[in-house]
Amino acid sequence: MSDQHTPAAVAYVRTETLPELPPPASEAGLVKWLRENLFSSIPNSILTILSLWAIYVILSGVIPWITNGIWDASNIRECRELLNGASGGCFAVIAERWPQLVFGIAYPQDAYWRPSLAFVLLLVAVAPVLFSNLPRMLLAVTLVYPFLAYWLLWGGSIFIPITAFGGAAIGYMVYTRLVAQSFAMGLLGGVVAALLAWWVFGFITDNTRGVLALEAVASRDMGGFMLNMILGTVCVSLSLPIGIVLALGRQSDMLIIKWICVVFIEFIRGVPLITLLFVASVVLAYFFPPGTTQDLILRVIIMITLFSSAYIAEVIRGGLAALPRGQYEAGDSLGLDYAQAMRLIILPQALKISIPGIVNVAVGLFKDTTLVSVISMFDLVGMIRGPILASTDWSGVYWELWGFAALLFFIVCYSISQYSQWLERKLATDHR
Amino acid sequence: MTQPAAMTISDEVAIDITGMNKWYGSFHVLRDINLTVQRGERIVICGPSGSGKSTLIRCINRLEEHQKGKIVVDGIELTSDLKNIDKIRSEVGMCFQHFNLFPHLTILENCTLAPIWVRKTPKREAEQTAMHFLEKVKIPEQADKYPGQLSGGQQQRVAIARSLCMKPRIMLFDEPTSALDPEMIKEVLDTMIELAEEGMTMLCVTHEMGFARQVANRVIFMDQGQIVEQNEPEAFFNNPKSDRTKLFLSQILGH
Ligand SMILES: Nc1ncnc2c1ncn2[C@@H]1O[C@H](COP(=O)(O)OP(=O)(O)OP(=O)(O)O)[C@@H](O)[C@H]1O
Ligand SMILES: [Mg+2]
Repeated sequence: MSDQHTPAAVAYVRTETLPELPPPASEAGLVKWLRENLFSSIPNSILTILSLWAIYVILSGVIPWITNGIWDASNIRECRELLNGASGGCFAVIAERWPQLVFGIAYPQDAYWRPSLAFVLLLVAVAPVLFSNLPRMLLAVTLVYPFLAYWLLWGGSIFIPITAFGGAAIGYMVYTRLVAQSFAMGLLGGVVAALLAWWVFGFITDNTRGVLALEAVASRDMGGFMLNMILGTVCVSLSLPIGIVLALGRQSDMLIIKWICVVFIEFIRGVPLITLLFVASVVLAYFFPPGTTQDLILRVIIMITLFSSAYIAEVIRGGLAALPRGQYEAGDSLGLDYAQAMRLIILPQALKISIPGIVNVAVGLFKDTTLVSVISMFDLVGMIRGPILASTDWSGVYWELWGFAALLFFIVCYSISQYSQWLERKLATDHR
Repeated sequence: MTQPAAMTISDEVAIDITGMNKWYGSFHVLRDINLTVQRGERIVICGPSGSGKSTLIRCINRLEEHQKGKIVVDGIELTSDLKNIDKIRSEVGMCFQHFNLFPHLTILENCTLAPIWVRKTPKREAEQTAMHFLEKVKIPEQADKYPGQLSGGQQQRVAIARSLCMKPRIMLFDEPTSALDPEMIKEVLDTMIELAEEGMTMLCVTHEMGFARQVANRVIFMDQGQIVEQNEPEAFFNNPKSDRTKLFLSQILGH
């Protein structure tokens, strides 16, 4: 150390490491945090105080409104009497109309357990898809779930979902046999086999209508938040694969396929969803064979799926374009064929890049399911706007009802966005 | 040093290119290329930037399509038949300037992917092979890391190991060291030299003239899409025939 002070010795080598010291008190703890984040300068301090005041004003209005809230009343007049002029919410409407808000007006009351069970099973079925560290066996639940959920929600003989599943399984088996020869062969064979199987099984289901049947519920009786959940889940899960196919098609070397995809995507993106829904409710009926036209939900699902798959396709195309050409070349040079290169190398990376965009579309799509209230379907918004607010008992309880609707949607959408952020962090392997 | 390796050249033809031409639009990139490579031969291709070196070796595994002439690799002619192309690609390994490892897979998964899906090797066996080659390129301890966590030189060695896991009969290298810092170049070149000494058929685009002298049987000089000169390394460097070669060598060796 002393060498340092002798002017003659310019060359200097440190021989020992200095010990680590704790920071001074002003650099640690709450005081430091406050000073750095809230009161670092005079304008910052003023802003901090103003914001605190604004937060106080808002909370001092909202908190009594919630804590004074009335949960037990049979109509708005009774509610007002109980409040007796004090500020308070009339949450009794949510308690009293709960079944309607959740299941709609016409769903049979003694069957409420069916959609509830379907909802719980949905969580079980989705879990292994969302979290790859769960046991893979759970994927079996995911496979069976669509058929089971259909049966629970719509009822009817259990043979309908079983034969539907059987047909799909046969189609898949044929596909795996033929795909070794060529992908197109496999796909075609699989689809034909599945259709044949369904046609044959049709004779069974026609003759076993009453066997092991749940009470059948018509599509037009579906309503409330349940309807939003059905539309949201089905459309998101269908539009993701369709979107991937469209995005790949748009990149394809085969000109006809490419142009079909381009025209489809550009057309759908250029049209408001609401017009597509009107088309679904009025025009699309002409394209179905007579007798199947009743099912408005099916038509709405088709339209929303087309709509969101076009958007998802564009998001994924962005992800594909962001990949360096070297990734394609490396896959090619190792001898992977197109399907393998896409599945193992290109799509995992492109989808990872696209997660924020896809989640954006999914969240938007879920909220857009409320648009069906415009074509007189009674989803959550339709229920509130129609039967509930129009009733003499509850006309005028806007804040409570719309606040409740907003809360339900917020819970779902916020969970989705939190999940996607977690997934992005988990998949980050590039260590840049 | 080169003697024992030179013995392993056989009469068997590995790659045979006759009268090959390629255009990008109206731009004539490769002009009347004729090249025969025997099994076990190690060829270094050099030439000024834009002379078509990359394009030439990328035609050999059909990353680029040629329009005229004939390319036969391992007895299979490259046509637009996808079956042939995939077959040839699985027999011909390639290393790129920018490594092109798959960033979403670990080093081990990078190495086992193609054997498992293309060769249908059982996973366990593919992993053993991968570890064998990772040991060979001297980075077995990195097997569970992701490419982004490795240095450039390590990544390039992984890329070589990844190709070797397919047990290729021919290896193509496109400037494997030109994106690397000087101290990493040596570790990659050492790996390639070792490979050459085992008798691998190699086509290598590189400006590492030391490597060419030590390993190559033949050096090919390209300019403006043509093969201008080819010769054994000693003769090529000490006694270049064409003026363009002389100019190129003086530029590259001059400084
Ligand atoms: N995809 C392409 N489309 C059009 N021209 C191209 C394309 N790829 C390369 N070229 C042109 O072809 C010529 C040969 O390119 P190539 O990459 O084979 O050169 P190179 O000898 O490898 O050069 P370098 O030493 O810079 O890598 C260049 O003039 C280049 O501009
Ligand atoms: Mg090049």
